[in-house]
Amino acid sequence: MRGFLIFRLFFRDLKKQRKKITLTTLAIAWGTFSIVMLLAFGVGFRNQMAKANSGLGKGIVIIWGGQTTIPYQGLGKGRRIRFNEEDVELLKKRIPEIKNVGGEYSRWGVSLSYGKKTLTERVTGLYPCYEEMRTHYPDMGGRFVNDLDLKYRRRVVFLGNELKERLMGNVDAVGEIIIINNIPFTVIGVMKEKLQMGMYGGPDADKASIPATTFKTIWGHNYFNVLVYQVKDVDQADNIEKKVYKVLGAKHKFDPEDERALSIWDVVNQRKEFDKVMFGITIFLGIIGGMTLLIAGVGVANIMFAAVKQRTREIGIKMALGAKKRDIMSQFILESLIIAFFGGGIGIIFTSIIVRILQVIPIQQEGLEFLGKPTISWDVMITTITILGLVGLLSGFFPSRRAATVNPVESLRYE
Amino acid sequence: MIEMKKITKLYTTGKVAVEALRGIDLIIQKNEFISIMGPSGSGKSTLMNLIGCLDTPTEGEYYLEGMKVADLDPNRLAEIRNKKIGFVFQNFNLLPYATAFENVEIPLIFKGESNKNRKRIGEELLERVGLKDRMDHRPTELSGGEMQRVSIARALACDPSVILADEPTGNLDSVAGREIIDIFVDLWKQGHTIAVITHDTEISSRTQRIVKLRDGRVVDGAGSI
Repeated sequence: MRGFLIFRLFFRDLKKQRKKITLTTLAIAWGTFSIVMLLAFGVGFRNQMAKANSGLGKGIVIIWGGQTTIPYQGLGKGRRIRFNEEDVELLKKRIPEIKNVGGEYSRWGVSLSYGKKTLTERVTGLYPCYEEMRTHYPDMGGRFVNDLDLKYRRRVVFLGNELKERLMGNVDAVGEIIIINNIPFTVIGVMKEKLQMGMYGGPDADKASIPATTFKTIWGHNYFNVLVYQVKDVDQADNIEKKVYKVLGAKHKFDPEDERALSIWDVVNQRKEFDKVMFGITIFLGIIGGMTLLIAGVGVANIMFAAVKQRTREIGIKMALGAKKRDIMSQFILESLIIAFFGGGIGIIFTSIIVRILQVIPIQQEGLEFLGKPTISWDVMITTITILGLVGLLSGFFPSRRAATVNPVESLRYE
Repeated sequence: MIEMKKITKLYTTGKVAVEALRGIDLIIQKNEFISIMGPSGSGKSTLMNLIGCLDTPTEGEYYLEGMKVADLDPNRLAEIRNKKIGFVFQNFNLLPYATAFENVEIPLIFKGESNKNRKRIGEELLERVGLKDRMDHRPTELSGGEMQRVSIARALACDPSVILADEPTGNLDSVAGREIIDIFVDLWKQGHTIAVITHDTEISSRTQRIVKLRDGRVVDGAGSI
């Protein structure tokens, strides 16, 4: 109600200094563009990294058997700790906070043949929980190893997508027979393409997976190469790890304080650290963008200072008519806020269009794949709008303070 | 209504101090129509700024409707200007990019009147000064006489205790000037208190009393209670 006429008058006044205001508005738009763009790339990068991180698995911890370094219950140090199916069952039973747990057999240099082609690759023996835990999701038309495969020691194989590509080319693999170690296996599925950043042994896309029981029958491994578990709540990861030491320590007779007895890769905590780094990067990008916007803000302040000078008489008239300090000040602050948000609006619209376009363009290059697509999230919007508001407020505040000190007697004489 | 006692005003520009007013005693009664006359440099404008609360005296006491206004803070003075004083200037001092109606609306905005009231009061006042059909014109589209009528309507917007006019006919031709004088006389008859600074004897001859200033002192017509 109070501001309405001020708005109307402002837009009329704006026409007079169109050029200057247009330039400043553009500067604000550009500043907004750079801040939103940088933040959007930050978010896209973070999302992509999170995706690449979860290529290994979400909320998982990987355990290798180690060697004891503390004598325990009359047993000397330097004993090797190794795992088998009993340990999997034990962890499942004793630690309810664990969602999935499974062991993994692994063997390099296994020959795989299809038709006339033969490759020497890595084969792992797995449990069905790997599908979810280690993101071994099958592409359309296929499936992963299941309980029946395990029970009947079926000769079935789940292929990594790149291995399948190299071995079989473009053939629809599901249902085909391949020869592994001179034994025929039926392909039940091919892994869906995924980004995988962390790995042990090699990328999942380059290996063949068969049921753990089948693996054991062929090669006679007694111990798992590695044990993997997935937690229900990532905040509980540290507690669960301690419990794992206790439970396995009781079984294998090692001191739960003996950290070297197990060799642990805590992907959960690594992920948390990584999130912190990404947050830092995002803030850094935001600051760079904010700087650009700040410079634009100086431009707005400059216009406002000029406007105060230009309108000295007008300010004097308003004071004579009963304008208080805050009436005069609010006008200039309001005007710079309008310029800031108008320019900011243009910048945001422009950025949205570019982000849309970038999202439609497919990326194939490997390096760019990790950069991800810029994404305008709510965080980005809220941050940008807050900064715009601050810039508008500050760039209006100082000129308005000068306006409020205008002496009405002198300004009315001012021609 | 207006009572000034031993008002002085000192202007300091650099090292030189100019004594614009040297002890003014002045009384203006309610519903009085006075003119303030004097040669240039006699302190007329300074006196008007003080009466209009645009400026504060260096020394002396000033009562407006019994209220001591000499040492109020700037925001209170703004409020008094808004509600109790109506200014009419020689060069009109209208906002150039606002229409006649909007110019009248501005003091009402500062007063905090609702949209509806502003519209009613603005239209009523412009009709009263004979500009009902020119409400949406900008000052540049109006003649001098019309601009001065807009500024009179603006001065009346908040129903002030006193209307202060500084050479209201100074920039007008004689016909337009006479019309403005007629409006002032009408307003006076309707019960308004009016003080006009002028050189124009055509105005001063129609006022009830002439206050004569010379060298920052009232030499004639100070008025009494």
